[in-house]
Amino acid sequence: MQQIFSFLFKNSYRLLFLLLLVLSLGLTIQSHSYHKSKVISSANFLTGGIYQKVNNINEYFNLKSQNDELAFENARLKALLFNTKDSTKLPEIDTIKGVKKTDVIISKVIHNSYSKHENYLTINNGSKDGIKQDMGVINSAGIIGIVDDVSPGYATVISILNVKSQINAKLKKSNHFGSLVWNGKSTGFVQLIDVPRLAGVRKGDTIVTGGQSHIFPENIGIGTIEKVYTDDETNYYTLDIKLFNDMTNLGYVYIIKNKDREEIIQLESKIKKDE
Amino acid sequence: MNSALLMNIARFILLLLAQVLIFNRMDLFGFVNPFPYILFIILYPVNGNKTGLLLASFFLGLIMDMFWNSGGVHAAACLVLAYFRPSIFKFSFGLSYEYQTVKLNDSLTPERFSFILIAVVIHHFTLFILEIFKLSSILDILVRTVLSTLFTIITSIIIIYLIKPSKR
Repeated sequence: MQQIFSFLFKNSYRLLFLLLLVLSLGLTIQSHSYHKSKVISSANFLTGGIYQKVNNINEYFNLKSQNDELAFENARLKALLFNTKDSTKLPEIDTIKGVKKTDVIISKVIHNSYSKHENYLTINNGSKDGIKQDMGVINSAGIIGIVDDVSPGYATVISILNVKSQINAKLKKSNHFGSLVWNGKSTGFVQLIDVPRLAGVRKGDTIVTGGQSHIFPENIGIGTIEKVYTDDETNYYTLDIKLFNDMTNLGYVYIIKNKDREEIIQLESKIKKDE
Repeated sequence: MNSALLMNIARFILLLLAQVLIFNRMDLFGFVNPFPYILFIILYPVNGNKTGLLLASFFLGLIMDMFWNSGGVHAAACLVLAYFRPSIFKFSFGLSYEYQTVKLNDSLTPERFSFILIAVVIHHFTLFILEIFKLSSILDILVRTVLSTLFTIITSIIIIYLIKPSKR
C-alpha cells in the first residue's frame, strides 16, 4: 500500500500530464465523430458574447456588400411578385417545395471559419428563438450548412466547407442525386460524389438540394458543375461544384424549420422497428 | 513571487485576447494562421511551478478550442509542449540551464532562437496531426506545420521585442 502511494507521489507530475492528455485526446476524438454534438464549442455565453462584440464592429466594414446582396434579393423577389397576374394577392410560390411546411428564422453569422478541414460558423440566435440541432441554414444565394450545437443565445453551424458534412443533392435538370462533400482544398468548390453514370452531366449544369433530406427543402441552389471526373473504383461520377455562395463573406442567414421533420423521423423509425 | 504570478495571469489573458481578436482572423493565403498565444508557455519562468504550468497550459488550450471549435486539439498540443519544455531547455541551453538565469526576452542568441523554434514546431505538429486526423493527408499536415511555424515565429519574436521591459 505504501509503495503504491510513494509511486503515485513520485510520478504525480507525469500522471497529471497523462490524465490531462487523455482528457484532451478524448475531446478531440469525440469532436471528429459526426453524430455527437461537442462538449467544447463556441455556442456558449463567453465565446458567443465576445464574437458578438467583435462582430458589432466588423459589421461596418462590409455594410456595402451586404446592402448590395439584400437589394439584389429584393429585386429578384419583386420580379417574382410582378410576374403574377394580380400583384396585390400574395403569390403562391411553387419553386421551393414545402414553403408552407417550413418556418424561416433570420439570424446573423458572428464568426466564420474557412481555413481548416472542419469549419464551423457561430450565429447569434439559439434555442430561445426556436433553433434546434439539425436545422438547415441557407442565405439568398444558396445553402450554408446544418445547425450543430445550440445554447440559449447562440448556435454553431457545420459549414458545407467541413470534411464531415454530407448533404443530399441532385442535378436540377434530371433529378439524379448524389452526396455533397468537401475535400478540404478550396473554399470556392465542393464535390458531389456517387452520381450514377447514366446521368448526362455537363459543365455549367446547376446543382440543387435533393428532396431526400428532412433538413433542407427541395431545390435550394448550391452551385454549378465545374469539372467532371470518373471514380476508378466505383465507376460513379465525381463532380467539382463551384458554389453560388462566397463562404468567406457571410452576413445574414435564414434557418429553416421543417415542421414535418419529427413526424417523418417518427414514421421511419417505426418501420425500422418493425423489420 | 506575487508579481510573477500576476505577470503570468496578465500574459495568459492578454495573449489569448490577442490571439482570438487579431491572429485568428489573419488567414494568410487562405489557410495559414499564426498562433503566438503559445508564448505564454514559452515565456513561463524557468524555475516556476511545473504542475501549475501543466494545468495553465491545459486551460489555455481548452479556451482556445472553445473559440476555434476544435474539440480538444489545442489543449493536447499545449500540454505536450508544456511537458517537453524542460527537455527543450536542456537541449538548447545545456545541462546547467536551471542554475542560470535564462531570460528569453534579451537579445536573440542562437540558443534562444533554437528554443523558440523547437517549441513552436512541436506544438504545431501535434496540433495539425490532431486537427486533420487523417494519415492520408500527411503532406497537408506538413505544409501547414511549416508555414504556420514560420509565421508564428515571426509574430512571436515581434511580440517579445515589443513588450520587452525597458532596462534602467
